[in-house]
Amino acid sequence: NKMAASRAGKLLAVIGDEDTCTGFLLGGIGELNKHRQPNFMVVEKDTPTGDIEEQLRLFLSRKDIAIVLISQSIADVVRYVIDAHTDPIPSVLEIPSKDAPYDPSKDSILRRAKGMFSAEDFR
Amino acid sequence: MSSHDRIDIFPSRMNLTIMKTRLKGAHKGHSLLKKKADALKMKFHSILRKIIEAKQLMGEIMKEAAFSLAEAKFSGGDFSHVVLQNVGKAQMKVRSKTDNVAGVKLPVFEHYEDGSDSYELTGLSRGGEQLSRLKKNYSKAVKLLVELASLQTSFVTLDESIKITNRRVNAIEHVIIPKIERTISYIITELDEGEREEFFRLKKIQQKKEVIREAQEKVRKDWEKEKEAREVFSSIPSNHVPSMLDDKEDEDLLF
Repeated sequence: NKMAASRAGKLLAVIGDEDTCTGFLLGGIGELNKHRQPNFMVVEKDTPTGDIEEQLRLFLSRKDIAIVLISQSIADVVRYVIDAHTDPIPSVLEIPSKDAPYDPSKDSILRRAKGMFSAEDFR
Repeated sequence: MSSHDRIDIFPSRMNLTIMKTRLKGAHKGHSLLKKKADALKMKFHSILRKIIEAKQLMGEIMKEAAFSLAEAKFSGGDFSHVVLQNVGKAQMKVRSKTDNVAGVKLPVFEHYEDGSDSYELTGLSRGGEQLSRLKKNYSKAVKLLVELASLQTSFVTLDESIKITNRRVNAIEHVIIPKIERTISYIITELDEGEREEFFRLKKIQQKKEVIREAQEKVRKDWEKEKEAREVFSSIPSNHVPSMLDDKEDEDLLF
């Protein structure tokens, strides 16, 4: 069963602003499933945190999603959900958002690795 | 010694042998697990280095992609809604394979494309060139992100298994081995004590036997003395005892 699921191919999901989502959809990752649920979420400035959290939890629980891409500025808002997600799959990947440069010190994964490598690794 | 810091076992020679085998096994397991932990740690560090590199590369690629998006928007108008509304089937998907490092299964993602581009017609009227560059940039970003995701997944999995392995190494080193050692010393103490008891018991028995033997000896000696006396007594010729066989004339019997 698990093998079959992996052979079928899994999806990437995106949570980000309109531009980020547009870009990745043009990259060819967008899909609507049987229930017409999208695998992406456009977050506006006034999108409530609860909605983002709900959508993120939905993505994390979907079996057909292997990777969840999330803009770092949005990841900051729902950091506790990402930190609580310890399973390797789906893996949550923080991507730089358009308006804010990528900050490695905020990354949930890299923060876990903190102290395992020296500062010069970051250069 | 309470039974908490040693294995509850009957102190016999056989159990001592079993314990010694177990101790040897524990040492072997400890060294093997330590080797495994080292191998995992090495892999872990190389993955970490790759992640850091990939994250930096990701920053650049995403910047480029965002820039090309702005460019395409400038020349082709705002097509975001068209794109967001016309979602069909995914063209870019990931397959997962497993990689094996020192018995730990690491999931590895691999991207693949199937199906056609659902946005073939987007930007047909204007800004087509920018749009195709935009698509290319974003699919490049997706490829890198898939790679990064598999590194990250391996990272998380390895992190977990390193923790488990270290926990096992420590458990063997600080709990199991001392426990077995304590059990062995307990068995040895008990066996020594048993041996001393046995020795004492044998001495005691010997003493008892000595007493009995002396008593028997005494009885035997008495008996021998008596026997000797009897022999001496019997060796004295007894003339007054009449013998049937003696060739003597009996008195006639008159009826």
